[in-house]
Amino acid sequence: MTFPTLNFPVIAPQIVLVAAALIILLADLMVANKRILGWISLIAVIGALAAVFVCRSDSAAFPLALGGPSGPGTMALADGLGLFASAAVLIAAGLAILLAIERVGDFSRFEKPGSEKKQARSGDHPIAEAPGPQVTDRAGAYYALLLLATAGMTAMATASDLMTIFIALEIFSLALYILVGFNRRDLRSGEAALKYFLLGAFASGFFLYGIALIYAATGTTSLEAILHNIQPMSISLPFRPLLPVGMGLLLVGFGFKLALVPFHMWTPDAYQGAPTPVTAFMSVATKAAAFAALIRVLAAVASYDRPWLLALAALAVLTMTLGNLAALRQTSLKRMLAYSSIAHAGYLLIGLAAGNQLGVEGALYYLLAYTFMNLGAFAVLLAVQRRDENDVTGDRILGLAGRQPLLAALMAVLMFSLAGIPPLAGFFGKLYVFSGAVEAGLAWLAIVGVLNSALGAYYYLRVTILMFMAEPAESDQEISSGKVETLQPGWAVMTTVVLAVLGTIVLGLWQWPWTQTIAQAVSTLALR
Amino acid sequence: MVPLTWYLVLAAALFAIGMFGVLARKNAVAVLMGVELMLNAVNINLLAFWRYTALGELVGHAFAVFVITVAAAEAAVGVALFIAVYRQRDTVNVEELDAMKG
Repeated sequence: MTFPTLNFPVIAPQIVLVAAALIILLADLMVANKRILGWISLIAVIGALAAVFVCRSDSAAFPLALGGPSGPGTMALADGLGLFASAAVLIAAGLAILLAIERVGDFSRFEKPGSEKKQARSGDHPIAEAPGPQVTDRAGAYYALLLLATAGMTAMATASDLMTIFIALEIFSLALYILVGFNRRDLRSGEAALKYFLLGAFASGFFLYGIALIYAATGTTSLEAILHNIQPMSISLPFRPLLPVGMGLLLVGFGFKLALVPFHMWTPDAYQGAPTPVTAFMSVATKAAAFAALIRVLAAVASYDRPWLLALAALAVLTMTLGNLAALRQTSLKRMLAYSSIAHAGYLLIGLAAGNQLGVEGALYYLLAYTFMNLGAFAVLLAVQRRDENDVTGDRILGLAGRQPLLAALMAVLMFSLAGIPPLAGFFGKLYVFSGAVEAGLAWLAIVGVLNSALGAYYYLRVTILMFMAEPAESDQEISSGKVETLQPGWAVMTTVVLAVLGTIVLGLWQWPWTQTIAQAVSTLALR
Repeated sequence: MVPLTWYLVLAAALFAIGMFGVLARKNAVAVLMGVELMLNAVNINLLAFWRYTALGELVGHAFAVFVITVAAAEAAVGVALFIAVYRQRDTVNVEELDAMKG
């Protein structure tokens, strides 16, 4: 019996993240100041990011040989694509932790049922007024779950076997189900978690059935071996006809996780009900991880064949159009951004539907740009969100420019980038994926994409107009008399917004280091 | 020996029953049971394919063990969520959970 050999550098980021999550769970029992836990998790994410950069080596893989040395058995692969997507996930995680450091108490504290009765009784005794043990603060659990989700996502981005992809997917999904339902004081949070959980588990069923059929058709779950086995004149495969069925089911599973129309039903509810930092994190990091895995699976199983690309193109059209149309008529800004992130998944999918070097490169660039601009937009929502609320309606930002000019200006930059106005990152992302589609002979797809961008620009610019041209919902008198709480965003939230805006501008104006890295990452893939 | 097709038909039928449960039942617990059926259908598939086609590796077995583990973790998280929601709303009927619309 031979033991599997492990190549530790490849899984170093996951080791760092999981170890930090366990340390935080232990430390949570000992420290009273929960902010320390936030700093520990931020350091862990930075450490994992460093591990991604330091430990990169193209041949590195960690083979978990099952049944002997004959099998390819590579479970994870630290290639350019995996490291790029891992870096995007880790950036999103770091910003989401920084975003939550000051505000985590808003949604992680809750009073245990029945504690009101005890407090009423203790009202007779002034000594017992100190906050009792009835109020629990689960901030430690929040950071630990966020780190575990990040570990799952980075594992999915580097996975090179259908088995690892599935397990990584489940690791981060399970953590996200709990995070979405984290706000025990808001009814909608629990409801969102329940819906997300039921549909996510349903999708896992499809995902698995697809994997089982692909396993039947090719005799293996390793992506490398699948690519080898399905070459003509390779070994005989009696169940070869099951391959497209399996790929179709797998695509349905990916569709649920990436929130593609018509598998998007859970998205608006989950994004609106989840605590805002969680929404910010999951809307970008899930997409980075799942898109990296989808790029790999398409290369190995579908070989970027024409019929599959047309199916992706159809999904992209549906996703963009329905996402944008639904976003137009939302009153809640959080729900509007939820629908807009569906639309952005559609733009990203255009790059994959093109199936050529330029398209996939564009999709990866778009992914990084989207990480900064969407996370930044949700961070601004958190900055204007009141402590006792879990949602942000349009009148919270009415006349924001008068009260907080800096915040309003930063939000305007993010909205311009999401709408695709040059020279910001969002514009170049769209430019690259659309030109990829044109190069692949899918000019109609690029045209639909451009039309959709115009549709999207309407509701993004409406937000800007509300901030700069509308009168505030509360008059100045009410604010000065203290009737209305004037919420100043904390420094941590502001830092997050500034970093996201900087990322958006830098990606747009100073491109060659990123485009070069992406070109390297894509060059190892089997594209047409 | 029982032919492979029988296993495949059994697994497909089980998967379809599970899917029907997810789509038709209103109680979240029943929906979760449907999901578990779907996952077990996949396990039958994996083991049958391993037995009849495998190239000498234990991939099907290993995968089935992982699927069982994941299903257990999923049930634990799911039931905990159901309890949390039931405490707030006194129901886990998915049709009555409609605080968000649009």
